[in-house]
Order: sequence, then C-alpha cells, then structure tokens
Amino acid sequence: MKTITVEQLVKNYQNGKVVTNALKGISFSVDQGEIFGVIGPDGAGKTSLFRILTTLLEADSGTATVDGFDVVKDFKKIRNCVGYMPGRFSLYPDLTVQENLEFFASIFNTSIEENYDLIKEIYQQIEPFKNRRAGQLSGGMKQKLALSCALIHKPTVLFLDEPTTGVDAVSRKEFWEMLHRLKIQGITILVSTAYMDEATLCDRVALIQNGQLLSVNTPKGIISEYPNSLWAIRANEMYALLHAIKADPDIESCYPFGQYHHVAFKNPESNQKKLEQIIQNGKYTDVEIKTITPNIEDCFMALMN
Amino acid sequence: MKQFLIFIKKEWLHIWRDRRTLFILIWMPIVQILLYGFALTNEVKNSKIAIFDQAKDDASRAVSNRIAASRYFSLVKNLHTYKDIDATFKQGKIRMAIVFPAGFRNDLLHANHAQIQLIADASDPNTANTLANYATAIINDYQQELNQHQDLPYTIQVQVRMLYNPELKGAYNFVPGVMALVLMLVCAMMTSISIVKEKEIGTMEVILVSPLKPFRIIIAKTIPYLLVSLLNIASILLLSVYALGVPIVGSLTLLLAESILFTITSLSVGILISNTAKTQQTAMFTSMMSLFLPTLLFSGFLFPVENMPAPLQVISNIVPARWYFIIVKAVMIKGLGFASIWKETTILLGMTVALLGVSIYQFKTRL
Amino acid sequence: MENNQVITAKDLTKKFGDFVAVDHISFEVEKGEIFGFLGANGAGKTTAMRMLCGLSLPTSGVATVAGFDIYKQTEMIKKRIGYMSQKFSLYEDLTVFENIRFYGGIYGLRDEQIRQKTASLMKQLHLEGEEKTMVRSLPLGWKQKLAFSIAIVHDPAIVFLDEPTGGVDPVARREFWSMIYDASERGITIFVTTHYMDEAEYCDRVSIMVDGRIDALDSPANLMKNYGVNSMDEVFLQLARKAVRTAE
Repeated sequence: MKTITVEQLVKNYQNGKVVTNALKGISFSVDQGEIFGVIGPDGAGKTSLFRILTTLLEADSGTATVDGFDVVKDFKKIRNCVGYMPGRFSLYPDLTVQENLEFFASIFNTSIEENYDLIKEIYQQIEPFKNRRAGQLSGGMKQKLALSCALIHKPTVLFLDEPTTGVDAVSRKEFWEMLHRLKIQGITILVSTAYMDEATLCDRVALIQNGQLLSVNTPKGIISEYPNSLWAIRANEMYALLHAIKADPDIESCYPFGQYHHVAFKNPESNQKKLEQIIQNGKYTDVEIKTITPNIEDCFMALMN
Repeated sequence: MKQFLIFIKKEWLHIWRDRRTLFILIWMPIVQILLYGFALTNEVKNSKIAIFDQAKDDASRAVSNRIAASRYFSLVKNLHTYKDIDATFKQGKIRMAIVFPAGFRNDLLHANHAQIQLIADASDPNTANTLANYATAIINDYQQELNQHQDLPYTIQVQVRMLYNPELKGAYNFVPGVMALVLMLVCAMMTSISIVKEKEIGTMEVILVSPLKPFRIIIAKTIPYLLVSLLNIASILLLSVYALGVPIVGSLTLLLAESILFTITSLSVGILISNTAKTQQTAMFTSMMSLFLPTLLFSGFLFPVENMPAPLQVISNIVPARWYFIIVKAVMIKGLGFASIWKETTILLGMTVALLGVSIYQFKTRL
Repeated sequence: MENNQVITAKDLTKKFGDFVAVDHISFEVEKGEIFGFLGANGAGKTTAMRMLCGLSLPTSGVATVAGFDIYKQTEMIKKRIGYMSQKFSLYEDLTVFENIRFYGGIYGLRDEQIRQKTASLMKQLHLEGEEKTMVRSLPLGWKQKLAFSIAIVHDPAIVFLDEPTGGVDPVARREFWSMIYDASERGITIFVTTHYMDEAEYCDRVSIMVDGRIDALDSPANLMKNYGVNSMDEVFLQLARKAVRTAE
C-alpha cells in the first residue's frame, strides 16, 4: 500500500487581482517506510503541498491520501496519525524545553514516558537544557526539540517542511543521520528542502519548481536521466573563463560549481577538444578539464530550462 | 480531559511568564478605579457661585453671607436678572446659582414658609450634587437657629434644579463603567492577541494537525483569561466598597453571575476578532476600535445615552457593554433584583449565544 | 586609497556578561576582495558583523572599516557600507521603484541620480517595465538580486551580505554570484556569510569561526590542501565539529 498518494493537486492563491498558482497539478506517491524528499527553491510550492497533506489547506482540485485516508474527508483520522514540523520550528519560546515537549505530548493524548524510546536518541542531546526556554536555544537545538515534539506521539507518517533551513552544516548532517535512524523504525518521512545536496540522502525525491514536478525518481535515477555528458573545468581566471565559455554558441550550459565550472554542450559530438579550443583563445594557466557525473543540482538546472 | 487541563496550564504559563502584561492586567482596573474615584472627583472647595437676590432683605442677606463665608463656596457675582443666570452658566464662570424670590423675609416670618432655588451645573453630576447638598445644609443650619426661639417653626424650602443633566445620571457611573471596560479589554483583547500569537509563531499549525478539537482549543485558551477577569471584578468591587464607599446594594451573587455572562460575551468577541486578524497588531487595533471606543462612548459610562442623537442611540443598542452597564447599575447601585433586569439579561444572553456560536463556527480547522 | 585594506580587525572581542561571543578575532580584508565569513549557528558571526557595521560596540580590540574607527566613527562607516540579509532586504509592500528611491534617498542620492540608477538597474536585471511592480510579487531570486543592487546603489566601499542566497533556486543563485563578481571587479569589497559550501569556494578568502574565534583563514584552495580534503564542506565539518558551545 502507498502511504501517501497525490493525484493532480492544484492550489491557487488569490491576493487582490493577482493569482498565484502554487501547485499546478502534481502527482506522485510515497511507499511505506520511505524517506521521500521534495526538493526545490523557496516559492516552488513545497509548503502548500505539505499543508494540503497535513489537512491544513484544501486543494482547489485533485485528491490526496495519507495512510489510506482522504485528506479532506478523513482529516480527523489523519490528524491522529501524522507528525508535522512546519517550516518555522513551531515551538513556544516562553516555555521550557520540557514544557514544550509535555504540551505536544498531551495534545496528542500521550506522555513523554510512553514514547520516550522513539525520541530518546534525539532528546538526550537537548535534555541537559530541559529547563531552558525554547526561545533561547540555538538553531540546531530548536530543530531537535521540534523534531522530538513532532515524534512524541509515534506518528506513522512524518512531515518535515524545510527542517534544515537556516541550520548550519554540522546540525544538518546530524539531522539527516537522525532521519535515517527513524526510517529503520518504519516511519515514512516526507521531507522538503531547498538544499539540493540533501537529495542524495533521500530514498526517492521529487524535484519541484514553480508548482510543477520536474522529475520523480531515486537520486541515482535522476542523475542517470541527465541528457548530456558533463565536463568540469577550472583555471586561474574563473570569472573570465565563465564568460568565454558562455559566449560560445555550442555551449548548452555553463554554471560555476565551487572551484569548477560545469559545462554541457548542445551538440553531443562536441567534447573536450572544444573546451580546449575555447581556452586557447585566452591566457589561462593551471587549466584542468575532466568529465564528471552530474549531481542533483546539475540535473535540477537542466530540468528547469 | 487531561489534554484540556495541560492546555490550560500552558496558557497560564504564557500569562505568568509575560510579567509585564500580567502586571498591567492586574493593576489597570485598580488604577482606573482610583483615578475615576479620587483624582477625577471634583474638589468642592471655593466653588464659584452667583447669587440672584430679588428680595434684598436682611434674611436673604443673612443666608447669602453664610453661604459666601463657607469654605466650600466663593461668591463671584451678584446677578440682577434671570437671564444673567443662564448667561453666566454658559460662560462657565460659576457652578451654582442661588435665587431668592422677592419678599423672602416676609414669606419666612409671616407665612412661616419661604423658598430658595439652587441651580447647579449638572453636566458634572457628582459635583453638582455635592454643592447642592452643602448649600442645603447651610440653609438648614440657618433655619434651625431661627427656630430655637420659635414655637411655630419657620421652614425654608430648598428647591434644587439641576441644569443639563436633571436626573443626575452619572453618579457612581464609573464603577460599572470601569467594570465593563476592563472586562472587554482583558477578555476580548487578550484572548484575540493570544490566539493570533500562535498563528504568528506557527504553533497553531501543529495544534490544528493534532487530534485536539478546535472547540476545546478555544475554550482552553479563554479559561485563564476568564479567571484573570474574575480577579479583576473582585478587585474592582473591593475597592469600590472599601475605598470609594460605593456600596453593593443588591445581591452580590446576581452581580457576579451577570459579570460572568458579560465576560463570556467579551471572550466570544475576542475569538471572533482572532478568526480574521492575521497579526497581533491587527488584533489589537481591531479590539480597540470595535470594542474599547464603543464601550467608552456608548455604554452610558461617560455620556448619558438618552442625551445622544437618535442614530447613536440605535447604535448603542448593539454594544454589549451598554446592557451590562445598565445591569450593574441596577443591581449594585439601585439594589434591584433579577425581576427588573431580566430584559437586559436576556438581550446580553442572546448576544453571547450568537457571538459564541458564530466565533466557534468560524474558527478555522484549517489555515 | 593609499591603504588598500578595507577592513582591519585586531583582537576584536565582544562579551555579554561572562559569555564571550567574539573572542579576539584578527583579520584584514583587501579592496575588491570577496571575503567569506563562515561559522556554525552561534559561532559569533552575527555579533562580529554587527560590530563591523557600527551597530554594536566591541568590548575590546581595535578595528577599522573603510578607514574609519568602529568605536568613534560609526556614522562615517554607515555611509560607506551596504548591507543586505536574507531575512530583511526590501519592503514587500512597496514597488520596485519605491524601494530604489527610498534606499537611494537614505544614502543622499539626488532625484536625478536615482532616476538614472533605476533605469540602469532595470536594464541590468532585465526588469524593464517592472518599476511599478510590488516587490512582494517578484520571485525570490529576482528579489535577492534587486536587494543586492540596491545595497550597492551608493557605491559603498564594502557590502555586507548575510546569507543572501538562502532558499534561492540554483540558477538564480549563480546569477546572484555573478553579480557579486561584477561588484568586486568594480572595486567593491564583499563580506559574505553563507550556508552553501560551494559558495564558500567562490570566495577569494574564507574565514571559519568556531566558538567565537577564527580557527581558519585562507583561500579555499589552501584550506582544502591544508586539511587534506576535496571540498569546503569537509573543511567546515572538521572545524565546526570541534565546537563546544551549543547555545547562541
């Protein structure tokens, strides 16, 4: 059975005369026990999708089910079985760590003791600060507390809307490790992020942009769908190099990636020689050219165009 | 049930930890009562008066001198025509005028019965009343002195005329008025702000996704404010009885029951506001504009409703505080029982049921 | 300028009670340099940036920004810097032109200059004809690019960018960086914080703060070489994991 199914969801917002199409008819499904990533920039429609699935919003058209329940008709049943962590960690800043956790446990008719096993590993890291007000925690600790609160009632499906936004690289890494341990417990996780590099940590991902899905696949599958072969190039004058490459009519795309530029050609027959030819016209030193496997960000940008 | 209690506990923590707001909530009614009760009560020392003496005999002069010599009054003008009285009042030069009819002494000594007219500016009813009482007391003194040597008593009939506000509506008005104001403010404004705050910090999303029923969310959020309001009612009543000497003439139980009813009315208004407001500021301004000002203006607290233009009188009917105000005055000041306020109570109850119904129906189970 | 250093900091320290938010940091930034300022949440980046922008007085240490002392000449500093952050950059309920006019006005640009700047900005950003569009209805990528252009509308000596590209789509993010390069070529110094480690690699030099100290400061290539790794991500993780501080 599919834990989440989404069929042709459409959501528009009207603000005065301006209509925003947040979701333009998207469909996908998530298997039980999967970590499914919804990956795209801000404004792509991720939060609208999450709010529809957590029964907080009604779609204009299309259907969706969570754990077999319809998100509109059976919204009460869904509210009993899902855990939800909204984009802004929704904690009470004036309550302490423990008070927040107790409160969220009780509104789901449970107690901290009852499900302590599930959150133990995460909560233990913040337990030394349990009498501190949530408003005084660092980003990473807030994130852990919010996750504990979302897990405390042992949900079957966990919705995490941009849990790693504004959190530093170390905390992000730790967070993903926690998600993988939760997956082992059989919890289905739908997670959204604007960080493309987090895609590879998911079992499957949906790339989303402007309310449309660009692709739904395993991270490997998405990479294998990349249409061109890709080169990485670097030299001493990176910025001049970028302009020189972009100016060539044969180039499909050239994007900076850290110390390299990633280059794809329109004509599949063009190859390394073409790049060398472009370089010869300038006065570059320390040139390095190599073929590379695209990453999710390469794929995303290729799909955007 | 446990869910529910924990929710209430959480609300208490919010209120308790925001000490500054709590401080204001508790002290505001006390300060208001003291302010209206003492600071704004007019000093009746050296109040300016005018005398229109048509008799100009030794009896009228004797009374005039006694009044003018009193520390309460200071005579600023002797008037010569009836018209002058009106004009002097309008110029705001005096607070009271004393009129002796022609032949005052004659009436007193030969008919044993004379009249004095006191005309007071009752737009400030407290002061007007006090001044009239003082003047009457001085006249009575004089009358008693005369009567010491008399078998057949002389009587001076004091005829008091209150200008501008003949029925002296407004005496003790501030206690019921402050009660209505404070309850509206605490219940409606604070409830709406606390609900909207949860929307702002995003916790509302998580609560809505929980199995907690929206109806219970609302009730749990309002109960702590209900308690704070009861505390406020208690402090207002204690102050008014012991510090201001405004007694509770009628039934205390009835008064408290009616106050709780009005508290629930205010709470429903608060929920109603929070349903539409998206930010705390909006909630606050909506409360101010739609509750605070109408309560102040239309409840009869500051301005007698009867003196307002007809359209405003009609508007005042939809202000819940107006009915509560009438009820409190009836029970507390006049000592009337439920029989005489059942109509107002029914109206208030009807409003409450309607408001509560609409606000719960409108409360969004989704965003 | 005779002195090519736009920022100099020596033993700059900020304490809040017993808590040492910024602990004796020393560094220099040269004119036109793109300087990456990295660190985990709570490492002290924000506090350090506030001091350099003249918003907060240091507890001890010395520093100059654009040649001005950060203790005494904060008003002069504010005239010579630009600032943009992810959280707040533009007024959403004003139009594109109104935003430009407002910020231009703050920095004392004349109406004529503002009109010229607006025209050239619109062209540069391919936003021609959008002057009267509410900023609210622009896509995030455009908003951030516009915000950056406005932050440098008065040709500051240095511009501080606080996580300018958070949540922006990958293409717009690269367009944004290309604007950063353009500004740097024009001699504007860039001081930028980011959570994207590939962006750290675009910087000329990168400093990494851990527990209020600067634990590493070098070019990305040298840092990777010194730590024996292939990406800035790994350099950052190695350093940030040493942190003992947990709260902000």
